[in-house]
Amino acid sequence: MAIKDYIRERFFPHIWCPGCGHGMVLNALLRAFEDLAISKNEIVMVSGIGCSARISGYVDVHTLHTIHGRALAFATGVKMSRPELNLIVPMGDGDALAIGGNHFIHAARRNIDITAIVMNNRIYGMTGGQYSPLSGYGTLATTAPFINIDHAFDVVELAKAAGATFVARTTTYHVKQMSELFKEAILREGFSVIEVLTQCPTYFGRKNKAGSAVDMVKSFKDNTTPVGSKAKLESPGLIERGIFVQKDLPEYTREYDKVIERAMKKR
Amino acid sequence: MAKPKLKEHHINRDWCKGCGICVEFCPKKVLELDKQDKVVAVHFTNCICCKLCELRCPDLAIEIETEL
Ligand SMILES: Cc1ncc(C[n+]2csc(CCOP(=O)(O)OP(=O)(O)O)c2C)c(N)n1
Ligand code: SF4
Ligand code: SF4
Ligand code: SF4
Repeated sequence: MAIKDYIRERFFPHIWCPGCGHGMVLNALLRAFEDLAISKNEIVMVSGIGCSARISGYVDVHTLHTIHGRALAFATGVKMSRPELNLIVPMGDGDALAIGGNHFIHAARRNIDITAIVMNNRIYGMTGGQYSPLSGYGTLATTAPFINIDHAFDVVELAKAAGATFVARTTTYHVKQMSELFKEAILREGFSVIEVLTQCPTYFGRKNKAGSAVDMVKSFKDNTTPVGSKAKLESPGLIERGIFVQKDLPEYTREYDKVIERAMKKR
Repeated sequence: MAKPKLKEHHINRDWCKGCGICVEFCPKKVLELDKQDKVVAVHFTNCICCKLCELRCPDLAIEIETEL
């Protein structure tokens, strides 16, 4: 199928601002679907609230647009009742790690087969540019007009520590890598986290004088390096991208099936 | 592998928001924004059909059609 067959064309042009990175995540995800030749019936996309969460409205698969921070909880319910389906949960950084932080760590801990995508633009786009737990020390936001003194989470380290069995990072500059990571995450069993560094030119960009969308995408190229590269040793400030964790552990819904079996035998 | 040959740049002017991302990152500088901030394949003969513009467009507004 062509990528246009995976979208709800009637809702285009989409609502995202010119140059918003969320559209690039959508684009890469559609390419992943196309490459996998996956049927629309096999995919369930669940999102919460945020500019990022609007993505579920545009994709013509089974979709649930739920409440802020709770997408993973809804997705867990869907997966428990229909474990044969592929669950994809795209979230903003606020959605995933501010209000939704608790759901995030526990979904990772359980290793439930869900592909979690953190569309990290380091700000609350939808509500007007408040800082998020990923904005980072020294940034500016509507709610930090003088300076933000909160330190940022490292999504990769957090996901690793919480027990995710696939953890990766990429950026909107690296669109081919993004599609490849999405494909791997969809195909494998277990909780997968892909952090995508993405641009919100309207709020993060303007507040932090980061320039245009083009400038922000360029900065992802300039400020990142493949994981384990020599460049990181020479310039420790570079952000690594690639796959950080890839391991096999029993998946939650399969384990739950075994619990059901045991319970039935005892009857 | 034979090099893909360009048939046409399909540009959806209703969807293009003029962000300039495809223009900036085209390795052959094929694309430009017009007066209405919509993308145009001005130097289409230089296109190498790498499809980076298509893959990066946040608005799904540009597509490269190649000869089979
Ligand atoms: C329970 C609840 N609290 C707060 C809000 C207000 N709200 C809507 S979106 C949002 C944050 C959006 O930021 P993020 O998740 O990072 O996504 P972005 O818009 O940047 O893509 C907030 C706080 C809400 N909708 N529901
Ligand atoms: S406010 Fe930011 S995140 Fe929201 S659509 Fe605009 S650029 Fe994207
Ligand atoms: S990347 Fe897309 S929206 Fe941006 S200028 Fe090019 S065609 Fe238009
Ligand atoms: S296919 Fe490649 S060379 Fe051709 S216009 Fe797009 S980015 Fe430029």
